[in-house]
Amino acid sequence: MSKKFWALALCVVLALSLLGGCANSGSSSTPASTAPSSTAPEGSSAANGGDAPADGAAGSVYWLNFKPESDTVLQEIAEMYTAKTGVPVKVVTASAGTYNQQLTAEMDKSAPPTLFVIGNAAAARDWSDYALDLAGTPIEAELNTDAYNIYDENGKLVSIGYCYECYGIIVNLDLLNQFGSLENIKDFESLKNLVETIESKADETGIHAFTSCDMDSSSSWRFTGHMANLEYYYEQEGNVWTECPPELTGKYMENFKNLYDLAINNSITEPTDLANGGHDASQEFKDGKAVFHVQGSWEYSNLAEDVPNMAMIPYYCGVEGEEKAGLNCGTENCWAINSKASPEDQQATMDFMVWCVTDPEASRMLVDSFGVMPYKNAAESTNAFLANANQYSEDGCYVMNWATNFQPNVDEYRATLVSALNAYNADQSDANWETVKTAFVQGWAVQYKAVNG
Amino acid sequence: MNGTLSKQRRGKTVLSVLMAVVCIIYVMPVFTVLLNSFKRNTFVKTDTFALPTGEMWAGFSNFTKGMTFGNYPFVNSVFYSVVITILSTALILIGTTMAAWYIARVDSKFCRVLYYLCVFSMVVPFQMVMFTLSKTADSLRLNTPLTIPIVYLGFGAGLAIFMFVGFVKSIPLEIEEAAAMDGCGPVRIFFNVVLPMLQSTMISVAILEIMWVWNDYLLPALVLDINEYRTIPIHIQYLKGSYGTVDLGATMALIFMSILPVIIFYLTCQKYIIEGVAAGAVKG
Amino acid sequence: MKKTKQIGGSTIHVATRRWWPLFLGPVVAAFIIGFVWPFFQGIYLSLCSFKTVSNAKFVGLQNYIKAFSDASFRHAFWYTALFAVTSLVIINIAAFAVAYALTKGIRGSNLFRTVFFMPNLIGGIVLGYIWSMIFDGILSRFSTSIMVNAKFGFWGLIILVAWQQIGYMMIIYIAGLQAVPGDILEAADIDGATGWQALFRVVIPNVMPSITICVFLSLTNGFKLFDQNLALTGGQPFTIQPDGTTIKQTEMLALNIYNTFYTSSVASQGTAQAKAVVFFILVAGLSLLQLSFTRKKEVQQ
Repeated sequence: MSKKFWALALCVVLALSLLGGCANSGSSSTPASTAPSSTAPEGSSAANGGDAPADGAAGSVYWLNFKPESDTVLQEIAEMYTAKTGVPVKVVTASAGTYNQQLTAEMDKSAPPTLFVIGNAAAARDWSDYALDLAGTPIEAELNTDAYNIYDENGKLVSIGYCYECYGIIVNLDLLNQFGSLENIKDFESLKNLVETIESKADETGIHAFTSCDMDSSSSWRFTGHMANLEYYYEQEGNVWTECPPELTGKYMENFKNLYDLAINNSITEPTDLANGGHDASQEFKDGKAVFHVQGSWEYSNLAEDVPNMAMIPYYCGVEGEEKAGLNCGTENCWAINSKASPEDQQATMDFMVWCVTDPEASRMLVDSFGVMPYKNAAESTNAFLANANQYSEDGCYVMNWATNFQPNVDEYRATLVSALNAYNADQSDANWETVKTAFVQGWAVQYKAVNG
Repeated sequence: MNGTLSKQRRGKTVLSVLMAVVCIIYVMPVFTVLLNSFKRNTFVKTDTFALPTGEMWAGFSNFTKGMTFGNYPFVNSVFYSVVITILSTALILIGTTMAAWYIARVDSKFCRVLYYLCVFSMVVPFQMVMFTLSKTADSLRLNTPLTIPIVYLGFGAGLAIFMFVGFVKSIPLEIEEAAAMDGCGPVRIFFNVVLPMLQSTMISVAILEIMWVWNDYLLPALVLDINEYRTIPIHIQYLKGSYGTVDLGATMALIFMSILPVIIFYLTCQKYIIEGVAAGAVKG
Repeated sequence: MKKTKQIGGSTIHVATRRWWPLFLGPVVAAFIIGFVWPFFQGIYLSLCSFKTVSNAKFVGLQNYIKAFSDASFRHAFWYTALFAVTSLVIINIAAFAVAYALTKGIRGSNLFRTVFFMPNLIGGIVLGYIWSMIFDGILSRFSTSIMVNAKFGFWGLIILVAWQQIGYMMIIYIAGLQAVPGDILEAADIDGATGWQALFRVVIPNVMPSITICVFLSLTNGFKLFDQNLALTGGQPFTIQPDGTTIKQTEMLALNIYNTFYTSSVASQGTAQAKAVVFFILVAGLSLLQLSFTRKKEVQQ
């Protein structure tokens, strides 16, 4: 009898462990995968400090955040606001790469997010129905630029940027001043002259014009993703893309070549040695070995310790009227208000947003986390590059939008471009540049077709 | 006679020296990794084969940096790799020994079909099923370190069952019959009589499975949620593609830390590993 | 086989039969999830056009036509075949030579064996990273790179897999060599055979089973190579054709299938599955060939 019992028990245990495994996965994987039901209560209790939210007349805020790195500060902001006004604010952060799934799931619930993110044209198409028209609202009145507004096909203002980033050419001002001055760099011609002066003296001074332009996968995106943006930007001819164009004309390839050639031929590393990579361009810049560094605003805190005096200048590339060029700025961090939420909640959310960008203490905390907020009364940015970007805007220069974000089938497109650039770096012949052009222009059409069938 | 003997001896010495030289060349790659893990980042590419002396010396800073390198804690990778490897191997061993004994001892059409399917699965390359398998695993929620062993059991059962069935068939039936005479039921017979006899084959299979699962990249990369769970191979592959500057010194420290346990495991269980691998090769 | 079972089929195996849920249940369930269902679904999907699995449309052999007319797939096939054969020759000659030397009773045999086998335990991705560092370190002295010249990519990968697999094949050869009866060798020696004659006339014919195993193992390993390929060159450099399409010069079959699934587009998943079936038939075919070879040998003996 007991034998049978044990055998049976074993059988049951085995079966259960198999089943239990499945069941386990269901609950333990929730934060990461499709069913986020269990994260919401966690988030809410964290935000509300365990108190039951005072639903009803006053309205409440539920922010579905998509930047995991900002979660801590947003939770603090939420607590601060609740302490001050009594309005409950709940912040839930989707784990990396799951924002869209989570948004889809949360929107179906009885208490959907009142504040969420519509970061690009595609999202604007998908979520337009859920977005309140922000035109003429108090938060729009606080903006200092309309460069980060997102409109849907019908021209409704569905979301507005709450922070942004920029990229361009970073300059070590202390080094630069040994050779010339920032004021004299106004276009490609003046940049080129200065670069060539610096490089001609490199043997004596040990200072090169550009840091290494490595083509390995940890660095190539600075060129195939960022610098390539100048071609896309100018190709738009003022009609900003709202979706991926099926093909390119390549009209400004010559300008891309201008700047690219300038960077690879006047840098610490010989062009023939770029394919291997591994030169750590940021470290070279920190060590004061080069004046210029092709990078973005997110590098600021990393570089500032070693290079206190820095500025960022636009991609000057020989385009007519480029004296008026600004930095490459963009963002996917754009607030949208849920149009299906109750009017009270919408009002509470609007008040909260305005408070975020006007309250000195709150905006200071947010700016320190985000870098910059494009609002009149928000705290000053401590990031010199974003301050530069702001300055260019104020001087009436055009913001070069991130057209590069439309690169179709991005990994494959860039890998092809890297291959072509590697061949060109090894031997800068016209034939090899033609291949780069093919990868850049025809490659776009090929990848567009691959994605869109 | 004496002449040829000493000639032979000289020949052997020459061969020994030659092999020693080849051996040194053979360990160079691993040694180079160790060397570079103590070098400051910028020197890894420029002075790959130099000793980390003078300004190149980075001390253990690469190792401390490597722990958090690539926006993912290395400890987590080690943890997930260990958990997945141990659970999968244990599951495969328990599951397939039982199934193999049943298949070997019970004569039914189902068992024969199952056996031939298992043998068949050994010649199917992973690419054949990777797409459908990852979709299936995802829809059944087998996408966490605790549940992925079920996928490993499913895809890896073939070889293990093949090896165990081969061995069970070589065990004389009389032993089991004697146990049955003593009043043992099938479960007792299996666990008390058969399983102890399977021990040596189990070690071979365990070694093969450990090596497979520990080093496997594609299956977990397709099945697991990459942002959350990264095994060591996934972590290392993602370092290469990660945005931001790659610190090669730290990467080398990380690679060294990831092969060190393998080398220790190898040196302690060398005998079993070589036997196990040879057994697997001859059968597979 | 059947007979033994029927002899024993008396008491215990009738009792065992009822226990199938315990003994077979877990494995069968996992086997269906992990192999049977994905395999047959894969065959079915190779005949379908689909973006998501749930709305697959049957299109017959269209995917196979697309797969074979894909220049990158054909390139990957020939490249893989060339690679597999080259690596087979190099690995087996080297492994046999080492095994032969180590069975001569030289000093340090055990240490050498330990060292040669070690790389086998390191995973393909890590190996790729290690060797790309080494190749970069060497090639950058000559101002070139493994990413620029496909020849370096090919030989780099050969060196990598040779380093990894020589020790493995060596173990099998050592086992084979140790099984060669000593008296045969002595007889050859007495007959005055030189070392080379003994090797080719006596030793090699006697280790033919090991050679068959190793040849097929290295051949299928060569065909199935993925991790090392992905980590070392990832297919770079590309040939960029005037219309913008590319052929990845160092991309092998498994990587080509992976890329067709996951990096080109959702629309080509059917083609990718068809390629995978072709790949399966190729690899399974090699295994069948091996089986018939070993069978023949067994009959001869």
